[in-house]
Amino acid sequence: MAKQLIKGNEAIVKGAILAGCRAYFGYPITPASEIAHAAARYMPLVGGTFLQAESEIAAINMVYGSAGTGMRVMTASSSPGMSLKQEGISYIAGAELPCVIVDIMRAGPGLGNIAPEQSDYHQMVKGGGHGNYKNIVLAPNSAQEMCDLTILAFDLADKYRNPAVVLADGFIGQMMEPVQFPEPTTEFIDKNWVVRGINEDRENLISSIEIDPDDLERHNEKLQKKYAFIAHKEVRVETYEIEDAEYVLIGYGIVSRLIQTAVDQLRNEGVKVGMLRPITLMPFPTEIISKLGDNPNIKGIFVSELSNGQMVEDVRLAINGRKKVWFHGRMGGNIPTTQELVDELKKHMKEQS
Amino acid sequence: MSGQILSKSSGFFDDYIHKPGEDKSSTHYCPGCGHGILHKLIAEALVDNDATEKAVFVSPVGCSVFAYYYFNAGNFQAAHGRAPAVATGIKRSLPDSVVISYQGDGDLAAIGGNEILHAANRGEAISVFFVNNGIYGMTGGQMAPTTLVGTKTTTTPYGRTLRNEGYPIQMAEIIASLKAPVYVERVMMADTKSINAARKAVRKAIKNQVEKKGFSFVEILSTCPTGWKMTPVQSQEWLISTYQEHFPLGVLKDISDQVEPLNLDHNYAELSQVPTLIDLPKENFEVHKENIPDVVDEEIIVAGFGGQGVLTLGVWLSEMGMREDLNVSWIPSYGPEMRGGTANCNVKMSTKRIGAPVIAHPTVLIVMNKPSLDKYGETLVENGIMLYDSSLMGDDLERTDIVKIPVPATKIANELGNTRISNVIFLGVLTGLSDFLDESVVRNTLPMIFKKRHLLDINLKAFERGLEISRAYKK
Ligand SMILES: Cc1ncc(C[n+]2csc(CCOP(=O)(O)OP(=O)(O)O)c2C)c(N)n1
Repeated sequence: MAKQLIKGNEAIVKGAILAGCRAYFGYPITPASEIAHAAARYMPLVGGTFLQAESEIAAINMVYGSAGTGMRVMTASSSPGMSLKQEGISYIAGAELPCVIVDIMRAGPGLGNIAPEQSDYHQMVKGGGHGNYKNIVLAPNSAQEMCDLTILAFDLADKYRNPAVVLADGFIGQMMEPVQFPEPTTEFIDKNWVVRGINEDRENLISSIEIDPDDLERHNEKLQKKYAFIAHKEVRVETYEIEDAEYVLIGYGIVSRLIQTAVDQLRNEGVKVGMLRPITLMPFPTEIISKLGDNPNIKGIFVSELSNGQMVEDVRLAINGRKKVWFHGRMGGNIPTTQELVDELKKHMKEQS
Repeated sequence: MSGQILSKSSGFFDDYIHKPGEDKSSTHYCPGCGHGILHKLIAEALVDNDATEKAVFVSPVGCSVFAYYYFNAGNFQAAHGRAPAVATGIKRSLPDSVVISYQGDGDLAAIGGNEILHAANRGEAISVFFVNNGIYGMTGGQMAPTTLVGTKTTTTPYGRTLRNEGYPIQMAEIIASLKAPVYVERVMMADTKSINAARKAVRKAIKNQVEKKGFSFVEILSTCPTGWKMTPVQSQEWLISTYQEHFPLGVLKDISDQVEPLNLDHNYAELSQVPTLIDLPKENFEVHKENIPDVVDEEIIVAGFGGQGVLTLGVWLSEMGMREDLNVSWIPSYGPEMRGGTANCNVKMSTKRIGAPVIAHPTVLIVMNKPSLDKYGETLVENGIMLYDSSLMGDDLERTDIVKIPVPATKIANELGNTRISNVIFLGVLTGLSDFLDESVVRNTLPMIFKKRHLLDINLKAFERGLEISRAYKK
């Protein structure tokens, strides 16, 4: 199929429809609204459902209902809306329903502003709602990946019966880039657990309740096993100029794009730097990062986020004190310039020597 | 826990398969609890309407959280108050199913107030059974929004007061005030007569759905002997003597005979049609990179007032770049960048993979108003090109290390009869000046942008005027 110049937010919807998604429930919020706009436009054209819900709480519960029928279903929002969805996501994770949730992060806390931040890392990657659950979390850094990772999110959600989150920021959502769209998905996993209002699946139950502590503990253990399996199977990273790197810069989403430019600039100056970009945040590339800790070439690790330092905690856990881990974050909707990243890293390099 | 309250209807499972433990036949309700009776009425109504096969039952949070143990249906268990939203998701996905949302008064009238109101207002084609027992049974006898003034509960130990908690809420009246619901009735389950009336109402609510009539709502005044600290008989008497006075029984709305059946079916598109339906181009465009240098690395900022076509010009440049097989990115003014009322966009065009889409030092600057010149003039790289609208501003930028091209774009656009085409004039100038825009690519792409003939004509003219201006300068 042909390439199209398209906004990341719109690429999500087209990707979703190509992946067989035929139901969208959402509530408008900047900077995620284009997703709702595109879904409102295209879902009816392919015979699907678009419904503007009365709130994010209602939207995520509609997703729960629709996902339980076996529908490929999605919702999208931005940070304040994601806070409201957490209850529903916990139920979805507990009931093991597949669905795709898009979070185009904006700056907080509270109403904050509509500019990009990455401060939902904790609430989306670590669970966010109550209970011992995790979402699968994918972090696109281009319009192409907004499409590709949305499709992957549907596949992983079905495969593992788990909510899958596409975690992006306002920048990636607003940015236009050429996207090569794939053909529509034709093969789907058979779901024998769904409730469709027919005799065959009448004994199926969509529920997150387990009243007996032993049963609930078993259920929780099963979930943890699933997450461990996902961690074993589904880690995805991108590396750039990392082979001989003495300093590794780590960032996801828009920050990885800035880091890539910073790496080019530093390499031009003869500094041996490389980039590691987590594409999956859950599963987090713990092992891959841990290996950096054993690499004698590496003198330090530099993490940048549009937050107060949330992902860096996971990097530090993986490195476990074996290397210096520096952090540079911006908040409030500001993003660092590449020069800023270069200067920050150089400052640390100097301190070290 | 009591024995067998429910005499078996085929609307119930033979064995309560979803019930944990050994005992798969007794229910979890207290003696004299209204839920048990209502379950039976619903099960019977499903059978009577031949709807058990299609039934999807949504259990709420409250004493009826385990309703799914019993109903011989597809079952969902929903979060507290969210059953109408869950039911909406189900019904929209399974238009042929018969979806039941079963809720208590804490669930529906307190925490789920918004969900029920909007499901009703949308006229979701579902049946809602609302158990009004004036108390939170499950959590230990707290006040419900329906609790009568003066009633002592564990959270109103001195009695509910108007001052503190307000009036008991009358949900059936609220729902009946909405336009969409087709059927709203309040019934009671106290004695044989009232239970018979309730039976009829429950049947009707399900029949309406089977006939695709829209949203039906039955409020059922119901007993909670445990929560009320009464015997089952006292509870029934109290419903009759006191409770119904505050919640008048009867049909509040019924237009089910007047409405046509809804068409809820989905007309899913053929997979082969989907790409076209979502506006994906069928064929790839032809790539023309013959006239483009081997290395391109341009960073372009376009800035001006909103309405001058600033963002659009940026999109066109990206579109052209894509057709020249360049990597491109476009990012509009967004977030803090928007301060100052000007619009701008950053366009990168490169033979290399593009990193940061944000530009600190442009190689090309197109400024369409003075604030933009002031803001970005100093950021341009040495030997960079600056195109500015010379009909709107003078050149007071004190830089001699850049190439300044005055373009009287607004003036020419006005001459041509449309102020809004000044951005195309800039496109013409840049195409003439730069080596990364192939004139033939731009010419071939314009007709795809301006699909209407008259728009294309005037824009092509504007483009030519831009090219003419560029001829005074070297590439
Ligand atoms: C979000 C949330 N808040 C509170 C609760 C605790 N809770 C469970 S049931 C219930 C009240 C149920 O009352 P009602 O809807 O009247 O049903 P009944 O038990 O009387 O049948 C409450 C407050 C919960 N489960 N979830």
